[in-house]
Amino acid sequence: MIEKLTTSLYLELVKRCEGKLLLRKEIPLDEDLFHAFLGQNIFTPISSIIKTPFIKICRRCGNRKKSQFSNMYDFNKKRLIAYCRNCIQMGRVIETEPLYRWNGEPACWQKHESACTWEGQLTDAQTKASETIRDAILQQESALLVWAVCGSGKTEMLFAGIEGALRQGMRICLATPRVDVVRELLPRIQEAFSTIPIQALYGGSEEKRGSSQIIIASTHQLLRFEHAFDVVIIDELDAFPYHADTSLAFATERALKTSGTMIYLTATPRRKERRKLQWNQLKHVFVPTRYHGYPLPVPQMCMCFSLHKQLQEGTVPRAFIRWLCQRENKQRQLLIFLPTISLTEKVASQIYTILFNHKIIKDASEITSVHASDPERERKISQFRNKRLLVLVTTTILERGVTFPSVDVAIIDAGHSVFDEAALVQIAGRAGRSAEDPDGEVVFFHDGKTNAMVRAIRFIKRMNRLGGYTR
Amino acid sequence: MTCLLCEKNILPEVTWRTALYPEAKVICDACNELLVAIDGPRCTRCSRSSTKGNCLDCIHWEKTPSKDSLARNYSVYPYNNFMQEIITKWKYQGDYELGNVFKKTFRIHFKRMIKTTSKAYVAVPIPLSEERQEERGFNQAAMLAEFLPIPKANYLERIGSEKQAKKSKEERMKSANPFRLKKSLNKPVILVDDIYTTGMTLRHAARVLLEQGCPNVISFTLIRS
Repeated sequence: MIEKLTTSLYLELVKRCEGKLLLRKEIPLDEDLFHAFLGQNIFTPISSIIKTPFIKICRRCGNRKKSQFSNMYDFNKKRLIAYCRNCIQMGRVIETEPLYRWNGEPACWQKHESACTWEGQLTDAQTKASETIRDAILQQESALLVWAVCGSGKTEMLFAGIEGALRQGMRICLATPRVDVVRELLPRIQEAFSTIPIQALYGGSEEKRGSSQIIIASTHQLLRFEHAFDVVIIDELDAFPYHADTSLAFATERALKTSGTMIYLTATPRRKERRKLQWNQLKHVFVPTRYHGYPLPVPQMCMCFSLHKQLQEGTVPRAFIRWLCQRENKQRQLLIFLPTISLTEKVASQIYTILFNHKIIKDASEITSVHASDPERERKISQFRNKRLLVLVTTTILERGVTFPSVDVAIIDAGHSVFDEAALVQIAGRAGRSAEDPDGEVVFFHDGKTNAMVRAIRFIKRMNRLGGYTR
Repeated sequence: MTCLLCEKNILPEVTWRTALYPEAKVICDACNELLVAIDGPRCTRCSRSSTKGNCLDCIHWEKTPSKDSLARNYSVYPYNNFMQEIITKWKYQGDYELGNVFKKTFRIHFKRMIKTTSKAYVAVPIPLSEERQEERGFNQAAMLAEFLPIPKANYLERIGSEKQAKKSKEERMKSANPFRLKKSLNKPVILVDDIYTTGMTLRHAARVLLEQGCPNVISFTLIRS
């Protein structure tokens, strides 16, 4: 039965199924063929939900929470069967249907000599980090944290390491918690490794096979993988939902082979990681300077009394209007952050009237608002990138991973709890990212300083000090 | 408790009323506010929001040469993005538990409707094809019917397995009747389904019931889209 498969089909199947835990419907074989594979023990069934007297554990996402399991009535078996609600968007894992693990011969990944087609230059700091990453991969160290400030060119630092891994015939995964970041990474990585097939996996992606040597994925997609990669690189380690969702950390660690290397990239490590660094439990490399060699813009704080009251009435504070009209460089685009979705639209129209009255913009099409559940989110962001929009009012969805060359940034109600230290540092890092315009204004409008704001500013100043700009 | 829709914690409110008659909330207040039932004037035949008494679709149904098989439809919710999200997760991804979100409201609205019609009805859920039932593991219409305080009868069965959701309006109108009755019923029937879109599926089912000697068929659906 199995012999009927041609070699090329078989190899494709190996690449698709190796290193994964799959549901029956995710395996592209018809019933007869699948049974033949099962008979030869090439696919091994493993129970999908482990039941102990007190807890259930989902084998795919590691979920143990009672509230994330539920029961449904099976009419054939006449009893209640458990299923996992935590990872249901990737296909339902149900007690009665096992997960299948590939048990046949392992896939053989090609070795590529000098696969990197990127021809840019790295700065000294970048080169140092890039060499450390490459050495960590080649010497199969277990983990490395790359702490590099916003706009330091993290992606470019990876190229040497990826090239080295490809030379050894390793399989690589670049994972990130944000879907926007996956979409932004794909063309950049594809351009740098133009001869290597690369697939991007995220919720709603057209590509679903996950069979290439380099995979760029949202961290949710890693729930399907098990001991699949020699190198897993996690970009934006501290971003939501990765730091809050334990099943994602579980999945990324499981996706790595036991001899593999995990590389964490972040600009704002959380306290947990910083403590590990202090105690030397995690090897790290630190890049405090941006690629263009200019310091990070330091945020200003601006007190606005009765800010909350004004926002509730749908008006914006006076200090903000003053700043809006007296910016140093009016050519720059404007990114305005607000804490909640409901405020964005209200404030956007308010800002439009102000800018229109001061003759800064001529048309309502130059300003818009965007939030996470906006169906036109991608289009609006790309319009802003192409400079067809002058002002973008947004929530924290644009706090990281996106690059606009020349913007000024304002946060209204910076004291709100959604703006924690990491978010504020990331938002401030949106300004001054291009070599042509390496500066930008960042202003926090608030009605009372919070620890997060003070810490964020202290953090940015410290980075600048470590970069050697100020004493 | 955890909210079934947004997975946030629900803090139970403690008042004399809840202390004496504890009620288990399945969704949080924020999500509950987003789930708004159809209110205001509605089409008397199909429950669509309409000020005119009868909507255009229903006038069209009345004009059809064969007598309209479905006497009337009552729906609880209008169709919107939020509802679509829940339905996708419930029906297509197969999160069985989410059906319980509608339990309470579905019951309340049923009592509101039954007031205006006589009792002694039997609830008949619209069936799934065997293949789809196998794939999904449950029938959402049967689950909704279970919420109702009247006798149920699973007498209908579906032949073939075409998906309605992927078809255009015209294709739906032309499609052949996919239902068959396992046993005849001589009581008035309330058909139960999740969505009333064009009403074609419900009318097919109603036609089969009427032909086998059922006196009257109305339908009770979760959503009018």
